[in-house]
Amino acid sequence: MAQPKDFGFGSEEQMLRDSARKFLKDNSPIEKLRALVARDHKLAYESEVQPLAWDEKIWKQMVELGWTALAAPESAGGVGMKMIAVAALAEEIGRAALPSPLIATLITTAVLSQAKTDAAKAWLERIVAGEAASFAGPGSEGSWLPEATSMRVKTTGDGAFLEGSVPFVQDARKVAFFLVAARDPKGIGLYAIAADAPGVKIRPDRVVDLTRDQATLVFDDVRVDKASVIAAPGAGSAAVAAALPSILTIVAADICGAAEWQLQTTAEYARVRTQFDHLIGFFQAVKHPIVNVMIDVDRARSLTYAAACAVDTDPADALRLARMAKAAASDAAAFASSRSIQLHGGIGFTWECDVHIYVKRQKHNQFYFGDGAYQRSKIAALIDRAA
Amino acid sequence: MTEHEEFREYCRRWLAENRPAAPSFRLPLSPIEVMTEEQRRYLCAWEKKCYDAGLIGCDYPKEYGGGGHAGFQSVASQEMGRAQVPYMVNVIGLSMAAPTILNHGTEEQKRRFLPPLLSADEIWCQGFSEPNAGSDLANAQASAVRDGDGWVINGHKVWTSLAHFASWMIMVTRTSNDHKYNGLTYFIVPIADTKGVTVRPLIKITGETGFNEVLFEDVVVPDTYRVDEIGKGWTVAMTTLLYERGAAEGAGSGGGISLDERIGQLIDLAKRCKRDGQPAWDDAIIRDRVAQLAIRVEGMRQVHRRMRVESLTDHPMRLPLQAKVTVSELMQDIAAVALEIEGPAASLYLGDPGAPDNGQWPLAYLNSYGFTIAAGSNEIQRNILGERVLGLAKSK
Repeated sequence: MAQPKDFGFGSEEQMLRDSARKFLKDNSPIEKLRALVARDHKLAYESEVQPLAWDEKIWKQMVELGWTALAAPESAGGVGMKMIAVAALAEEIGRAALPSPLIATLITTAVLSQAKTDAAKAWLERIVAGEAASFAGPGSEGSWLPEATSMRVKTTGDGAFLEGSVPFVQDARKVAFFLVAARDPKGIGLYAIAADAPGVKIRPDRVVDLTRDQATLVFDDVRVDKASVIAAPGAGSAAVAAALPSILTIVAADICGAAEWQLQTTAEYARVRTQFDHLIGFFQAVKHPIVNVMIDVDRARSLTYAAACAVDTDPADALRLARMAKAAASDAAAFASSRSIQLHGGIGFTWECDVHIYVKRQKHNQFYFGDGAYQRSKIAALIDRAA
Repeated sequence: MTEHEEFREYCRRWLAENRPAAPSFRLPLSPIEVMTEEQRRYLCAWEKKCYDAGLIGCDYPKEYGGGGHAGFQSVASQEMGRAQVPYMVNVIGLSMAAPTILNHGTEEQKRRFLPPLLSADEIWCQGFSEPNAGSDLANAQASAVRDGDGWVINGHKVWTSLAHFASWMIMVTRTSNDHKYNGLTYFIVPIADTKGVTVRPLIKITGETGFNEVLFEDVVVPDTYRVDEIGKGWTVAMTTLLYERGAAEGAGSGGGISLDERIGQLIDLAKRCKRDGQPAWDDAIIRDRVAQLAIRVEGMRQVHRRMRVESLTDHPMRLPLQAKVTVSELMQDIAAVALEIEGPAASLYLGDPGAPDNGQWPLAYLNSYGFTIAAGSNEIQRNILGERVLGLAKSK
């Protein structure tokens, strides 16, 4: 199928992006972010339980702006905007390194939308109404496929119950419910479980990234009722597989926004810092790596827009482009991060310089849903025309 | 169907019906390496046919031999690339001389030079680099001295592709020693059968010829061959370089082997070559290398697509100025990975009966340095990107 030349990025999408950029600049500037997440290194890394550093007031405003509704289908009361719009929004979230459950909620929205059940619709309506959610599916055994989950559905005379644990669940302490993949003799099913449901334990991790929280979820005889079955046993894998291009695109977009911030911030430092009587951007040992970061970021951004556009208009090619986008974005993030510290010199190695906030977020996203090498190991089969 | 869609249909149909028979001799990988008379004849005939069919010079005004359309050239060039027909041998004419003359030439120059350029009746070459003016192009020393109605040119140009076939050269000369940049003047200089002009082949690291040096000894050219004003040579040269570096669309291009096709060739090669007794394609590291290249190829295509979406580009020259660096390094790395895939067979060169793909990969690898160095080395290009796009202090 032919894709639109402009990635489907029209005036509506541009308006969303520009207003999101302005909103985040006004409400979460770097000074405020620093005060929120990096006020105190001991608090951040030595507290018994890592503090939850986010601004719920901003989140409420985001909900009012309709950001939780825009990716949800119209059938669930959502706006049903295109993935290119969702990607543009995720890019702005990344640019601001915003601590919020929006990315987790957008990913959950993508999976729920693919389940196409009445139960899924009901939970999508809750997202539209402003509830945050997180997808507790992959992440076990170094795999990002739901089949790797150690969660089990146990059926007794009293009904069905979830048993087991899920590691690496994003923004677990900020969300209202989880979408959990679990194994049943008939295959993988998906279940929506309220975060405060009896038997759900949230064990917070101590994470490097200061802009999010993460936890292992432990399920101890958590009751599954009819309304919580998003995808029946056996139907869960297909729903996640169908949502995978969207998931990878959203994470890649978050990375791209943050990488653009890293590029611009490092270039700005090279424009103002003087050594040996020259602005350091004069030296090619500084100038050329910054240009290389720009080239990598532009490759990643362009592939991310292409992947989003493929989700909207060319689903058969979406997975290939989304894996390429996530691979390119992950590698660009690694390179932009390393250069942002190195080229800031001594100050870049200190807590007081903002670059570490982005470096840590990028490292997290680099591995989330698979890094560059992970994506490439799956791409080989997608580019072999003979296969 | 829009006018452009109709034109695309037409290009597809015409290319499918008029694809030339494969030549009995080997064609070099790129047009700037064309050396033999039989190669030239074959390629010029093909190019003229494309011109007559309206696939070249589409967007140039009719009075200068063009098609008088708008936005047709990129369609034609894309379709020629997709059809993988032979490339255009008059590449320097089409992508550098034509836009320079169109932008800076006199009415008389446009009427005289553009029609036979577009039709490939006259081949063009470029006289920019000199032994002491490479990356530092503004250091050019070849002199043009006023003599009555004309100019007398003396000097030495190097790395001059196609000079042995060319009728004309676009040339940067020095008309004043008082100013480095403002002492340069741009000329169109007759090359073929011209008194005082000597064209000598240079041998590349591939062992082939493929470019030349050109010596000028008291060569007389009329003032009507001067392009733009005296002392404006640097400005005019910048126009040429903008097009040479792929940052703007010339009068026609296309054909040759697409980068997608190159990735396909790599996979095919990896299935045929063995590594530890197994197909190299089964080796995870080889697959990773090929996947990295495939991502860069797709990335380049999407950067090109994004270039035309103003709301997704942050600075007008940010993406166009990257093209030269990314294409040339990608071609180099594709060839390098091909050699890795071949393993010990990478030692076999053109003419060895056991060489995979007739030894084209060692040739492509050696040749690839032409592109990372030519048209302003990639180091210079990175300076330009850092300075113009990111506002970094100017390097010496």
